Amino acid sequence: MKKLSARRRHPLAALVVLLFALAITGGLYAAFAPAEKAQADSSAQSLAIDEGKRLFAVGCSSCHGLNGEGSADGPSLVGVGSAAVDFQVGTGRMPAQQPGAQIPAKRNIYSQSDIDQMAAFVASLGPGPVTPTSEQYTSTETDAISKGGDLFRTNCAQCHNFAGAGGALTQGKYAPSLEGVSAKHIYEAMQTGPQSMPVFPEGTMPEKQKQEIVAFVRYQANEAPNPGGLTLGSLGPVTEGLFGWIFGLGVLIAVAIWVAAHTTKAKKS
Amino acid sequence: MSSSPSTTPPATPASTRAKPANKGEAAADYLDGRLGIYSLAKANLRKIFPDHWSFMLGEICLYTFVIIILTGVYLTLFFKPSMGEVVYNGSYAPLDGIRMSEAYASTINISFEVRGGLLIRQIHHWAAIVFVAAMFVHMMRVFFTGAFRKPREINWVFGFLLLCLGFFDGFMGYSLPDDLLSGTGIRFMEGAVLAVPLVGTYIQMFLFGGEFPGTDIIPRFFTIHVLLIPGVMLGLLVAHLILVFYHKHTQWGGPGKTEKNVVGMPLMPVYMAKAGGFFFLVFGIIAAMSAIASVNPVWAYGPYRPDQVSTDAQPDWYMGFAEGLIRVMPGWEVRAWGHTLNLGVFIPLMLFPLVLALIAAYPFIEGWIIGDKREHHILDRPRNVPVRTGLGAAWITLYVVLLIGGGNDLIATHFHLSLNDITYFVRVGSFVLPIAVFYITKRWCLGLQRRDKEKVLHGRETGVIKRLPHGEFIEVHAQLPQATLHSLTSHEQPQPLELPSEVDENGVARKVGLLTKTRAKLSEGYFGEGGQIPKPTVEEHQEITSGHGHH
Repeated sequence: MKKLSARRRHPLAALVVLLFALAITGGLYAAFAPAEKAQADSSAQSLAIDEGKRLFAVGCSSCHGLNGEGSADGPSLVGVGSAAVDFQVGTGRMPAQQPGAQIPAKRNIYSQSDIDQMAAFVASLGPGPVTPTSEQYTSTETDAISKGGDLFRTNCAQCHNFAGAGGALTQGKYAPSLEGVSAKHIYEAMQTGPQSMPVFPEGTMPEKQKQEIVAFVRYQANEAPNPGGLTLGSLGPVTEGLFGWIFGLGVLIAVAIWVAAHTTKAKKS
Repeated sequence: MSSSPSTTPPATPASTRAKPANKGEAAADYLDGRLGIYSLAKANLRKIFPDHWSFMLGEICLYTFVIIILTGVYLTLFFKPSMGEVVYNGSYAPLDGIRMSEAYASTINISFEVRGGLLIRQIHHWAAIVFVAAMFVHMMRVFFTGAFRKPREINWVFGFLLLCLGFFDGFMGYSLPDDLLSGTGIRFMEGAVLAVPLVGTYIQMFLFGGEFPGTDIIPRFFTIHVLLIPGVMLGLLVAHLILVFYHKHTQWGGPGKTEKNVVGMPLMPVYMAKAGGFFFLVFGIIAAMSAIASVNPVWAYGPYRPDQVSTDAQPDWYMGFAEGLIRVMPGWEVRAWGHTLNLGVFIPLMLFPLVLALIAAYPFIEGWIIGDKREHHILDRPRNVPVRTGLGAAWITLYVVLLIGGGNDLIATHFHLSLNDITYFVRVGSFVLPIAVFYITKRWCLGLQRRDKEKVLHGRETGVIKRLPHGEFIEVHAQLPQATLHSLTSHEQPQPLELPSEVDENGVARKVGLLTKTRAKLSEGYFGEGGQIPKPTVEEHQEITSGHGHH
């Protein structure tokens, strides 16, 4: 200590103290600071985000911006969550072919792992609805279909029709048919409210009710055999009237013409 | 059988009469003695009906009506017209544990538990859809051929009333199952009733026995649907048929057909066989339809709850034009003195009977314009009365445009159009298109008249080309057979009403009322220069066929 105290007036002493202080501060920082970079490099999540970001840059960024911040052509994706990406890309709606009143579903060109990576990237932009697991959207209750039917008629049928056949909205927009839509996508649609659809968050519609609706839609639009014969599209009285005119009255008039054309007159001559 | 020996002794004094040859004759004798069927049958069995497919459209109406009544009776055996609430625990799992009215539950039971119930329900509903469609086509046949002229104006009105009652009974039947669709229809009707100024709320309370939906409306509709309207319809139907018998059937013009005769086949045996056979054909086709295609799948709609609604909530097709009127009407409202006048609903409500009244009143309007008091039993070819044909086509256009308005959502989704654009199209189209169609149809009829005239004067084109010695090519025309010439020229061509000269024989100005002037103008429109092509005269025909004027 003597040596130290003897040299405390040395011209370089201040410099040495400063160096020590810097080293300690830097060392402490290195030891306790959240070591983002160092951890990220090794985890799968971060790899997925990186991959997702690359896919995003190719397929999505022209409208949604390189960092999902949105542009005049597409909304910001901050906070939409992974469920929205899984729905939009999984049903082929995104990437959109062209702008229009509504982006239609089409063939999906991405693999599920690609979609998951993009979803991971978009989820990293801000917290939002998370892609559901199969336990979340599968109901085990026996009366799920009938309860779901009641919920469906209260919340969904006014746009999607009583059988999930879809319906018209204003200005060329529409509620699409639910035929062939997977359980996960139905669930995600309720979570995220794509396009004109409202969001049904946990507060207004708990997970159990969403499961029941999924069960009903899957039954109604995919499994249910129609006891009455051809459904004629399950579109209500309009198609019934058309069918009645063409195949009912049309055939009857054809038969009337046939009957009238066959008279005893023909035999006499 | 055991009683027959005891009745034989009193019959012995009649031994002077020839013994009946067989049991059939004996039975006929028995009935004739009590019901007088012999003279009835003699007068009517040989009644003549002309043969044409379009005369069988009315038969389709009659037979589908019979089918509706037969199946309807079966349905009443199982249907419970009650709005009492029950919890469903039947065999249709997707409705298990759902609260619903007894009416709905019993309809579900008819569909899934009652033997043949679903088929009968579907036959009942399909037959109703076809019934009204057939009445519509039958009415248009009568309209375009002028079969409504004297003496058949009253029968036209009977037919029109049957059509309207068919509309309303159909609507009531659609409302009875108390499913989500029918409840929405009743709600629609309630809205229309409420839109009536001043008395709307009172009528609504009277109809529903309280606030919507209450517990009264289904039982009330049931009584009206199965008892009141079918009863009135049955009476009108009988009157309609009696008048057809009394007036005798109209026929197409042609050789040997006059206003004083009916050319065709006798009721017995030809029409008995034909009409009887046709009944079974109609029943068979309706049954086949019902076995193939679902109609009004009430189980899929779910029970009615006022807080639920499904898209594609339309009425059956015949009420579709009323739906269209409501859908395309701007939502105008007038608020004054603490009251709201809901014009957005009230105006369509007033237009609904007006659209129907237009066609119902037509025979009387035409009769007044033409002033023809003679009887007509020979039908007009539609082309020979272009204005009437044009007006009929315009009315159908209005109806169809409004139907498009009623189904605007389905047209939007299936043709990838904007719902709003369709609504604007219908708003404009319901005024413009009937007028356009009127002029097109009228021109079309005039063109066909010119074609007829040309055929009469120059014969038909044979397709044989002849080269004349000097090199000219001509197509050889062949004279039409005499019968065709007759058919093409036998129709009358009325002349427009002429206003009396402005001054009478004493040189005093004559007063001509506005009504007479209007009538003369309309008559000019019907039969003036622009209204018809003068048909070829005998002289014209002779001049051309004699070879002088031929090119």
